[in-house]
Amino acid sequence: MSMNTSGLNGVMQNAAALYEKSRVCLNNFKSWVQLDSSNLTDGQQLAVKYFTVAVILFFAQILFGMLAATQFIVPGFLYEILDFSVNRMIHINAMIVWMLYGFIGCVYWFLEDESGTEIVGLKLGNIAFWVLTGAVTLVVLVYLLIQIGPGKDSSLWFINEGREYIEAPRWADVGIVVVMLIFFYNVIATFSKGKWSGIAGVLTLDLVALAGLYVAGMFYMTNITHEQYWWWWVIHLWVEATWEVLVGVIMAWSLMKLLGVRRKIVQTWLYIEVALMFGSGILGLGHHYFWIGTPEYWLTIGGFFSALEPIPLVAMVVHAVYDSGTHAFKNGNHPALAWIIAQAFGNFFGAGVWGFMHTLPQINIFTHGTQWSASHGHLAFFGAYATINIAFFYLAIQHWRGDVWMGGGSQNAWRWKWALGLLNGGVLGMTIALLIAGYEQSFIERAVEGSTWGGYFAAQNHPSFQSAMVWRLFFGGMTFAGFILLVWDLLTIGKGETRKAPEIFES
Amino acid sequence: MNETPLWASESFWKKTAIWVTAGSFLILVVLTMDSLSKTSAGSKRVPAYTVINKKIDYQYNKELHKFMPVIGENEFLFGKEYTEEEARQWVDLGKKTTQAKNCMNCHTLLGNGAYYAPDLTKAWLDKGWISREMREDMMVKFLMDPENNARTFGSNRKMPNLDITEQEAKGIIAFLKWMSSIDTNGFPHNFKTIEAEE
Repeated sequence: MSMNTSGLNGVMQNAAALYEKSRVCLNNFKSWVQLDSSNLTDGQQLAVKYFTVAVILFFAQILFGMLAATQFIVPGFLYEILDFSVNRMIHINAMIVWMLYGFIGCVYWFLEDESGTEIVGLKLGNIAFWVLTGAVTLVVLVYLLIQIGPGKDSSLWFINEGREYIEAPRWADVGIVVVMLIFFYNVIATFSKGKWSGIAGVLTLDLVALAGLYVAGMFYMTNITHEQYWWWWVIHLWVEATWEVLVGVIMAWSLMKLLGVRRKIVQTWLYIEVALMFGSGILGLGHHYFWIGTPEYWLTIGGFFSALEPIPLVAMVVHAVYDSGTHAFKNGNHPALAWIIAQAFGNFFGAGVWGFMHTLPQINIFTHGTQWSASHGHLAFFGAYATINIAFFYLAIQHWRGDVWMGGGSQNAWRWKWALGLLNGGVLGMTIALLIAGYEQSFIERAVEGSTWGGYFAAQNHPSFQSAMVWRLFFGGMTFAGFILLVWDLLTIGKGETRKAPEIFES
Repeated sequence: MNETPLWASESFWKKTAIWVTAGSFLILVVLTMDSLSKTSAGSKRVPAYTVINKKIDYQYNKELHKFMPVIGENEFLFGKEYTEEEARQWVDLGKKTTQAKNCMNCHTLLGNGAYYAPDLTKAWLDKGWISREMREDMMVKFLMDPENNARTFGSNRKMPNLDITEQEAKGIIAFLKWMSSIDTNGFPHNFKTIEAEE
């Protein structure tokens, strides 16, 4: 008994010491970064919480991606400890979730500015943040420590649903929907209390669709054709429709703030983008219905509409470049504008060009389910969504520092420039390496060998595939280096800077 | 300043955006209802679960210019003929197990998933199982103990042990057999099955 109490006391003392130590560390960190939260409104303070978790999950995405990439080269690496399936699942889940965190953060960031009033349910928004973050942590711990379960409903409810991108167990799905509803309530209630705008209207309708679609992915079905049908409703209509429109909204607001573009121009463009995006993207869903058992008419519908999908992305490039040009690139936050421009081009090439390259059924029958898709996925997710979030991180940190000047000529500007270069170069390098692997697979595994298991491995063992995997890991390392530099830059940029950023007025 | 022409006005594009979105979504809903009814288990494209009682092959159809599943005479799974309900239960167990074991984050199913391991769409028909007589037994053994029955085709990539029970393994095999009978519009192209003559 006494042993137990002394043991318990020991644990308590250790815990207290650990708590004390981490408190000191946190305080040291705070005095080092010198960020003054009194520069932020309440809504912006909530936004930067989301951004902070987004950056941590971005780190997890790259880390687990590199573990999985290593396993392509050294198959025994972490075998039966952290298998490829686990690493890959965390890699893609961390990506989806960090981008969602980023988007929510962006919306909370500009909600007060756009509506002209304070966020209505701020307290609720804060609770939702902690609930979501707790749930995400728990889900990841279960992924890492429990990984899989028996073939029963309980596994799907509490461990893993085993459906790419939306693996989160069912209990977490319910939680995600509740948190999204709170977020949605905050957006609607705040605009209703303040003032509505074109941007507000598009945002609200888009969020209805975004949250509603998630529900389509919450059911178990024995019939795999039906299951994948609804699964694509969620994945496609998120990333190729509602997320793109959300980015359009965020982009519209940032162009007004960064460059002083007139609201009328920005909103007209936004409507054009919505028309083009939903007009091509909703039925473009058909390109996922070529080979899952669904009727032949999807070959025509999916091929036609997905071929149109790049058009809104071209429009977005024109929009961003034209506005930057007419305002002679005059702006007070150079890294943010650089990332906005990276977004316009990354979105066009990654989602548009790389998507179009393999979207027609005549080529897709050979490329479907090869590294070709991975190549497209890497450039598209990074180009369309990572970039805009990073741009916003820079807008946020500038404001947090008290709106100081952040220009290309500043003393430590090399950091953000190198981070920009390394991240974009790294992802582009991975994209090209995976594209080479995808071509090789399409020819050898698919066209020549006819997709048998023997054909699959003939392609996997081929030297050009193997070397592509080495190059992919190399460029993954480059991306990782860029990420480290990005975090360092975000924590230090504008420190000690006394010049104010020039105020940008609508013109 | 001149008046803004209609095609450049905000209100024109606002209306266009609403109509285009609503119209596209409506078409999608109609097509979804049609597709779901044409792909329910027991339809022409997606056979009933009792198809696991039959011989399944995948052959090039000269008229259609594509590979099509061919459903033949009786060929019982594990030597037993299953009723509609029994067959559904087997396939259901298998499907659920593939989700609970996270198969999709290494393999592709109907071409969707991860690219670390082979596609499972026609796995039941793969020549890798050597002969029809050996197939069921090899599959059960492989699924239950993949490490010691590894089939790495010279890649050194081994499936990990996923604690699959015998019952679950049989369910997975029933699911794979059923999935191989789905009409996937000719995907994968040029696949030579275990039934094909050399």
